[in-house]
Amino acid sequence: MNQQELDNRLSQIKNKPFGSELRAELLTTIERKSDKRIFLLCEAENAYAVNKFLFEDIGARFCTVTGIDSDKCFELLYHYSYDPTGCVITVKTFIRNRQAPAIESITPFLPAAEWIEREIHDILGIDFRNHPNLKRLILADDWPVGVYPLRKDVKK
Amino acid sequence: MKETVRKPVLAVGPFHPLQEEMEFFQLTIDGEKVTDIDVRISYNHRGIEKISESLQFDQVPFLVSRICGICSASHPLAYVQAVEEIAGIKPPERALYVRTIINELERIHSHLLWVGLAGHFIGYDTVFMWAWKYREPVLDLLEEISGNRNNYGNVRVGGCREDVPDETIPKILKELDIIEKKTEMLTKAVLDDPVLHARLKGVGVLTKEAAIKYAVTGPTARGSGIGIDVRRDDPYAAYADLDWKVIAQPEGDVFAKAVVRLLETSESIKMVRQAVKKLPKGPIALEVKQVPPGEGCGHVEAPRGETFHYVRSDGGNRPIRHKIRAPSYVNVPSFKASCIGQDIADVTITLAAVDPCYSCTERLAVVDRHGSITHDYETLLRLSREKTARLQKDIGAPELKLPPNGAVGGKIG
Repeated sequence: MNQQELDNRLSQIKNKPFGSELRAELLTTIERKSDKRIFLLCEAENAYAVNKFLFEDIGARFCTVTGIDSDKCFELLYHYSYDPTGCVITVKTFIRNRQAPAIESITPFLPAAEWIEREIHDILGIDFRNHPNLKRLILADDWPVGVYPLRKDVKK
Repeated sequence: MKETVRKPVLAVGPFHPLQEEMEFFQLTIDGEKVTDIDVRISYNHRGIEKISESLQFDQVPFLVSRICGICSASHPLAYVQAVEEIAGIKPPERALYVRTIINELERIHSHLLWVGLAGHFIGYDTVFMWAWKYREPVLDLLEEISGNRNNYGNVRVGGCREDVPDETIPKILKELDIIEKKTEMLTKAVLDDPVLHARLKGVGVLTKEAAIKYAVTGPTARGSGIGIDVRRDDPYAAYADLDWKVIAQPEGDVFAKAVVRLLETSESIKMVRQAVKKLPKGPIALEVKQVPPGEGCGHVEAPRGETFHYVRSDGGNRPIRHKIRAPSYVNVPSFKASCIGQDIADVTITLAAVDPCYSCTERLAVVDRHGSITHDYETLLRLSREKTARLQKDIGAPELKLPPNGAVGGKIG
């Protein structure tokens, strides 16, 4: 698949429904920052389907997830690299419930994500539903429960 | 009544018996076979992502070069590439070549370091002595260029801080010739050694399917037949101008990874030679006044695999988020695929760094295959002391007074 074909396939998924329970519009926007940097924006409930599509159908290689505490919501950025063209594809998803932030875990089909989901659970307090092993990874055993060091409201 | 079966666990760490880093491997074993592995990390978590948010854009390279002493060229490079992507900067040609030279020299010394350590871990110290001896002149070259043997601090947003002086080029070329010959000799000696074939082939196999699932990178992926390399796939610095090839081996065992690293060392030597000869004239840095709001991803092929940095700017003079993913973060969890089913003795080299420590006896109980404990810690201690006493009696040493059975830590004699 060259870059042109990759672009076509990515734009196809924009309106493609994945199963009945999902909203018809899977992605809200596709941002092309450059030929080799593509951002796919979606809501949290669609992230699982988009990630599964990227990993299983496109064959992109998982890099990592960036968790960001934006003011109004949490952002998770799932970074993939499509190595045949060297294109970095990022799924940017928004978790709008700040009181009880949660999202479906992608570890069941992508074991590479196990550690990073545990890390984000530690430092941002996001619950990954159906994660097989959501125990602490980064924080020490005596770190107080409920204090998430990468949240903006945490006191120094 | 059914007896509860206790699974014996062999604990390796957190103070590692061989390496200087802290990590904790818990191997669940059945006889000599490893049936499960649990890895605990982050004894040394330094919160670098958080510190980065409090530093200015031009200070961060010095912070991230301290993530790892060996990869201290790749981390800052990935970071500055992310920032340059936000700001839309293209550094001068000469800076791109200097970056390539530093990064390839780093790969040479890192791969030689690994070869030496791998030899040491399997008890082949000749390889260790050779590899580390040949690594030394590479560090000297890096010192001559950047002022430091490690932590070069040479890269900055918009270019480089120190140039490769034109007068050092003949010396670099001469040293490269010597290093190349030595590396060739080492490669042949290692790859033709029947003992190493017997010890490393078929050990710790990471299949291609598992490698994809665990998303491993670098020599770990290339040793499993996945020919990915950021230098070729998403070329940065001057790699697109150089003539080199990606080394991949299909077997997935420890031997394949050793082959990949050794042959890559030779490729890197070729790359440095080409880059030094082609080194264009001109400035080595651009003045960068401001980083506009935006986000950027930078990735670099570090010696261990892809280093990934994500930076977000709000137009101020500090990043508001800086995410770092080092290659080992995806390579280490693949132990779950490569170690299970191995003998304990093979796990040593499969973890490439980890030596199960048998002196950790206080955490170990001898268990037979059905899970019932035959000798516990106290019994082992008593048996050991009785044996010592017997031996001393045999050789006519003064008699040893044993403390009462089970008095752990009691003084002897």
